[in-house]
Amino acid sequence: MKPLTKHILSCLALCAAVATPALAQQVATGAGASFPAPLYAKWAADYHKATGVKINYQSVGSGAGLRQIDAKTVDFGASDAPLTDEDLAKKGLVQFPTVVGGVIPVVHIAGIKPGELKLSGAVLADIYLGKVAKWNDAAITALNPGLKLPDAPIAPVRRADGSGTTNAFTNYLSQVSPEWKAKVGEGTAVNWPSGAGGKGNEGVAAFVGRLANSIGYVEYAYVKQNKMTYVQLQNADGKFVTPGDTSFKAAAAGADWAKSFHQVLNNKPGADAWPITTATYILMHAKQDKPENARNVLKFFDWVYTHGDAAAAELDYVPMPAAVKTLIRERAFGAIQDGAGKAIAYQ
Amino acid sequence: MSGAPAGVPDTRANGYNSMSFTATLEPAAAAPARPSDATMSPPPPIRRARTGIADRLFAWAARGAALLTLGLLVAIMASLVVGGWPAIRAFGPGFVTSAVWDPVRQEFGGLVMIYGTVVTSLIALLIAVPVSFGIALFLTELSPAWLKRPLGTAIELLAAIPSIVYGMWGLLVFAPILSAWVQRPLQGWFGQVPVLGALFSGPPVGIGILSAGIILAIMIILFIASVMRDVFEVTPALLKESAYGLGATTWEVVWRVVLPYTKTGVIGGIMLGLGCALGETMAVTFVIGNMNQLGSLSLFEAANSITSALANEFAEAGPGLHQASLIYLGLVLFFITFVVLACSKLLLARLAKGEGTKS
Repeated sequence: MKPLTKHILSCLALCAAVATPALAQQVATGAGASFPAPLYAKWAADYHKATGVKINYQSVGSGAGLRQIDAKTVDFGASDAPLTDEDLAKKGLVQFPTVVGGVIPVVHIAGIKPGELKLSGAVLADIYLGKVAKWNDAAITALNPGLKLPDAPIAPVRRADGSGTTNAFTNYLSQVSPEWKAKVGEGTAVNWPSGAGGKGNEGVAAFVGRLANSIGYVEYAYVKQNKMTYVQLQNADGKFVTPGDTSFKAAAAGADWAKSFHQVLNNKPGADAWPITTATYILMHAKQDKPENARNVLKFFDWVYTHGDAAAAELDYVPMPAAVKTLIRERAFGAIQDGAGKAIAYQ
Repeated sequence: MSGAPAGVPDTRANGYNSMSFTATLEPAAAAPARPSDATMSPPPPIRRARTGIADRLFAWAARGAALLTLGLLVAIMASLVVGGWPAIRAFGPGFVTSAVWDPVRQEFGGLVMIYGTVVTSLIALLIAVPVSFGIALFLTELSPAWLKRPLGTAIELLAAIPSIVYGMWGLLVFAPILSAWVQRPLQGWFGQVPVLGALFSGPPVGIGILSAGIILAIMIILFIASVMRDVFEVTPALLKESAYGLGATTWEVVWRVVLPYTKTGVIGGIMLGLGCALGETMAVTFVIGNMNQLGSLSLFEAANSITSALANEFAEAGPGLHQASLIYLGLVLFFITFVVLACSKLLLARLAKGEGTKS
């Protein structure tokens, strides 16, 4: 018995010895949205290389991220959908956007090349409502004179899992179609009137790639990486725009960030603005029980806003404009305080 | 023990015999450990006491393991009821008959998912049972000896494939084949026939209830087939040879002799397969289409299953009714599998009773 207990004890001691520096090194943890997760992982890796400080991000979904930051099990939460200013005040949270991304309708029609098909928001909503059921419907051909569209039923594809992408997409459809707003509404998961559901962006991409005459919606990165057939969408100014960095940036520029960080970037004015654009957010408690951890999180995001743009562009996310970054440093970072009510110094 | 031959001399000299036995054993085995102790206290009682404790410990451990299972069952049930309570209170038993699933308006009903789960599992059984029966029959009665091993191993290897691989294969490989070679011809032939036409209506895209059922069938065939083969093999050769001797064909031997003899095992295997089909998640999620509709009875239409809805929606479900409704769905699935198990037990009990009266 004795040698065994000794053995166990020494094992435990060894484990503790190994684990302690690892724990000490992991100075900040975050959890939430899966859409920016690849970028946060890249930023964390770059930051670790540059400073030796480790940031741990768990991609658990926006809903779970909100739950975790509410329960204070993580130092920062991440969500694709912004909280309203009232909700923030109620929960004692501060939010700030990190990057902007677009949600892109993609189609799979024989003979149609990327960017050839033009759709308006109202027609898109009618397609998902099942009202426009064929590709050669008058509503679609009116927008696409000269384009040969098949006499085939449209197979709509959407996300089966709850997601921020769906939230942005349904928010846009609710803005452009009163009928959609009344019948379906917006949310991370909705009661879809039609369409097959794929799991995750990759599931929708696979469905659209497989099913002839289908239409789906995915994040921009998936369009680029899978070379999918994206459509041109009519924006609030009545112009047809192609998805891409420029059009996402134009949409972000159309928002009044100085008023609030709660900005829905869908359907913003601007000749180049992509109509389904969404920012992804970080959430932190305004009053910090663990100011040391908060300082590390702030240092990380300060570094990210200074050095992270290249990594973001590499992964097809659009960084925030410089003016917005200044605002974030002033308003959001400045609002995060330690127990004594003093702003946490991060520089 | 070898030292107990025929009775009389042994009982008379019992004490002496055992003494000498231990004495001769002692120096060899236990002497190096404690040489001075050997003469003072007889080792057998010590040994017996030790084994007594060990026995009791083992009994406790075994009982503990059994109770733990029971406790876990109760705990899981309790946490499902507690977690789903808001939904149970809000929707009551009407939850299982309502087909609305609207997270935006916070209205939830589980009929679509329950229907999807039950129907896909039934389709899977319909396909898997005859095929498994054929496989088992072939392996035990018809197969040449050299083919038995590789075929049997191949079936067991199916079990090593992770279910998500079945799902991906189903979506990327199987669905297009099903769409082009099964669904379109079926629609062509039966599209205008009244009842069959309704079953085969809808977009022939290769995902939906039928594909989910077929993928499930492939997954459970291996369970049912290997159980059937194993129980077929335990049928005494005497019975089979007698039947063959009376001039029975292979089919008659299997149908009249082997199957009645092994029905308990066969039904057990089928129920195991059904249990797997009801609970399968990933493979179904990929091919069922995840659509909450119950507009038509078409087998080609996309639908949803309980496990698939749970897997898809749980991570992003907000606290409150949505989450509670998902947990309520889990409770319903728990109940369905419980009923299936109970029915199979009942069936087996009936069969056992029938056996007694028949012969």
